[in-house]
Amino acid sequence: MSEQRSAALEDTNGVSRYLLSHMRDYGLLFALIAIMVFFQVVTDGTLLKPVNITNLFLQNSYIIIMALGMLIVIVGGHIDLSVGSVMGFIGALSAVMIVNADIPVGVTIPVCLLVGGLIGAAQGYWVAYWKIPSFIVTLAGMLVFRGLSLWLLEGQSVGPFPKSFQLLSTGFVPDIVGVNRPNVTALIAGALAALCIVYLGLRKRRRNNAYGIVDEPPAMFIARNTIVAGALLFVSYKLSTFRGLPNVLVTMGVLTIVYAFVTEHTTIGRRIYALGGNEKAAKLSGIPTERLTFLTFVNMGVLAALAGLIFAARLNTATPKAGFAVELDVIAAVFIGGASMSGGVGMIVGAVVGAFIMGVMNNGMSIMGIGIDYQQVIKGLVLLAAVVFDVYNKQRQR
Amino acid sequence: MRQGKIDAPLPVNAPGHVAEARRSQTILEMRGISKTFPGVKALDNVNLVVTAGEIHALVGENGAGKSTLMKVLSGVHESGSYDGEIQLDGKAVTFSGIADSEALGIIIIHQELALVPLLSIAENLFIGNERARFGIIDWRETYRLTESLLAKIGLDEAPVTSVDSLGVGKRQLVEIAKALSKNVRLLILDEPTAALSESDSEVLLDLLLELKSQGVTSIIISHKLNEIRRVADTITVIRDGSTVSTLDARNNAIPEKRIIRDMVGRDMTQRYPERARRAGDMLLEVSDWNVWHPDHKTRQVIRSIELHVRAGEVVGIAGLMGAGRTELAMSLFGHSYGQNISGTVTFRGQPLDTSNVALAIKGGLAYVTEDRKELGLILDESIHRNITLANLGDVSSSGVINQAEEARIAEHYRGAMNIRTPSVAQRVVNLSGGNQQKVVLSKWLFTGPEVLILDEPTRGIDVGAKFEIYGIINELSAEGKGVIMISSEMPELLGMSDRIYVMNEGRFVGELASSEASQEKIMSLIVADSSAST
Repeated sequence: MSEQRSAALEDTNGVSRYLLSHMRDYGLLFALIAIMVFFQVVTDGTLLKPVNITNLFLQNSYIIIMALGMLIVIVGGHIDLSVGSVMGFIGALSAVMIVNADIPVGVTIPVCLLVGGLIGAAQGYWVAYWKIPSFIVTLAGMLVFRGLSLWLLEGQSVGPFPKSFQLLSTGFVPDIVGVNRPNVTALIAGALAALCIVYLGLRKRRRNNAYGIVDEPPAMFIARNTIVAGALLFVSYKLSTFRGLPNVLVTMGVLTIVYAFVTEHTTIGRRIYALGGNEKAAKLSGIPTERLTFLTFVNMGVLAALAGLIFAARLNTATPKAGFAVELDVIAAVFIGGASMSGGVGMIVGAVVGAFIMGVMNNGMSIMGIGIDYQQVIKGLVLLAAVVFDVYNKQRQR
Repeated sequence: MRQGKIDAPLPVNAPGHVAEARRSQTILEMRGISKTFPGVKALDNVNLVVTAGEIHALVGENGAGKSTLMKVLSGVHESGSYDGEIQLDGKAVTFSGIADSEALGIIIIHQELALVPLLSIAENLFIGNERARFGIIDWRETYRLTESLLAKIGLDEAPVTSVDSLGVGKRQLVEIAKALSKNVRLLILDEPTAALSESDSEVLLDLLLELKSQGVTSIIISHKLNEIRRVADTITVIRDGSTVSTLDARNNAIPEKRIIRDMVGRDMTQRYPERARRAGDMLLEVSDWNVWHPDHKTRQVIRSIELHVRAGEVVGIAGLMGAGRTELAMSLFGHSYGQNISGTVTFRGQPLDTSNVALAIKGGLAYVTEDRKELGLILDESIHRNITLANLGDVSSSGVINQAEEARIAEHYRGAMNIRTPSVAQRVVNLSGGNQQKVVLSKWLFTGPEVLILDEPTRGIDVGAKFEIYGIINELSAEGKGVIMISSEMPELLGMSDRIYVMNEGRFVGELASSEASQEKIMSLIVADSSAST
């Protein structure tokens, strides 16, 4: 009897010790859950209504997409302040091409993405090869492209877009069964996603055990996966009772999976983390540090362009103010998600969760009718709290 | 086990030893100073007696304890962090920081000058010591004082001249002027002429003699024996943290040979694993290697170096700090240091392009950096991610990393190198110095090199781990790899190398087979070259 009790005690000790040393990762998850619960209660259940969940995804898609690229830039030790302006510029470009110049959507989209990549290349060139601080280069970019948007649009809003373009943002994945209530595609997608998460988790656990790498106590593993799988099923169920999976959600989901894979499982991802962690050591290990830095900016440019297209498609207009100050939300999302200013630290999943935290706060506060001014204040304080918590945690561990 | 040469230390009563200082004129006495850092005893019962108004030289090789002793004297290591007593003018003094020692007139000028290049001479002279009232600087007074100080040291520059436009020699003089502005009584100079040209060194030494005539006492740390013999009245030799001898050096009474013997002569009690000497095929040949300083186009750092390594050889490079050994290694390894690099590198007779690091690695070179934390490891990453970093190609296919394979490789090296850690997922920052070094070695071994350049491979590592690393080096040699070992620990070089190149001021000034090498021979070659250039 006493053996069982002491074993149980040991288990809880292990759990609390593990929790403490991985505070940061769990903290993020808890924070998201806490914030959702809070707003769900405060808005009398409006937050998690199917229509609102759909809105959550639609409203924050462009931030999440850019957060993917921004995380990589920040992990590499740099920053990109121009993304909001580039987003607006590409939106303007797409409007001018489609609406004014009658260029087909199928041509415009690739061209816009390419232009985004070129913009990223131009900025990346100065940062990587001339060693000009990224803060300065992208600050210049922010100003330049804001001005160019204005010029391109001749100061006006340009729209509307054809239906095919709007589908980017406002379309939904059609139901395979055709019934539509509930939307079977959404249910299946949710179930598959939940299964995948659990399977991948188990596989990683097995591999870690084979190499003696200390892993989560079983209680934590089960708890965490239950919560995540449960959340996926919950969301997909809610979506299935509305209109199903939004196109943007699919886009976001696919991109997140791809980027998570690249950052965690490929040589190029590994090298970017090394570059951010210690540039000199990375260089002396044969890593082409300049080329990598350059590529992170090109990548950011492409993603900012995509975000610009999605945003313009959602508003069905390109406006000169599109993307204004959005870079701050993107950067805040990445830091709330656990990235470090000095580089080398941060995960894609963290950035996405960080973006969701910001998105839920935005959405919840809007439902409550809180003015934009207070929303800004609260967002700023949350960002500060997240980073202070981070630094405090790190110091405690030293 | 093989032992190195045993050099008998000199008896304390040998001729030339100053039996006692004339107490009434002693300005400084440091008695029984001992200081320990974690794992290493830097000073062991050191005694130093300085007579008022003299120029006292403190001599010893790298790591002997000279800088630590001066840090104790200047208050950088505060009272209480060391054992022993400091007496100034016969009265015991305690310092809790530099401000305390400066208040008593003890000013130290470090080897890395403490000037702010973008500020003017006047501003630098009075940094932290401004002529100000209620926080507002009195510029007229500042410039007036600056002019008079500059006149005193004979520096013909306007007070508003920005320091970054001055050459190193003049900057040294500015530092001395700064000391004078604080009413210096005891001036400590750490390697003052190390970075100076011959003519600038002359100017500086003449200034010291001038200051002496004005009543300033100086302690000068230097390895340039010919300069010391020119200006010093007394020489204290420190070795391995202890005072070896104090010599009356006036009138060139002490021969250089004697000083060198005191500096390096020691019992070789450290044992090195037995190694069969072998030299197979020629692996790496470097010819006419020249490198200029990355920031100063006209400063040549490496001059016409010729070196070669054969399979199975361990070749040492000896030299004092500043000789250019790390610069040589880094310039060879992917042109990671310097500009305007010229010379040829061949590997097994074929020309080898080492113009960037990736090419150097591909060509079979590996470089274990001197500073493992700054340049060799990604501290926040795990052991296994550090080990595979320089050769991700071998643990991945089509760009996707095989994490199981990576873990397996890390486990292999954990066992082979005996890295003490609960798991290979442990972050490297949490490992001890010795284990960190083993991770770095694993990383480079994983690239499958043929020639390894090891830069201070056992620095800051405990004795046990050192021995393990020597064992690893010997294994590498047995496998037919070539090893170039840069080290400031002469016993280590003598114990491990087959051949030793001696480097000084960017040149090889000698090549010794280990059978005929000794610490004194190495030091003599260095000193002879230093004197020749003056």
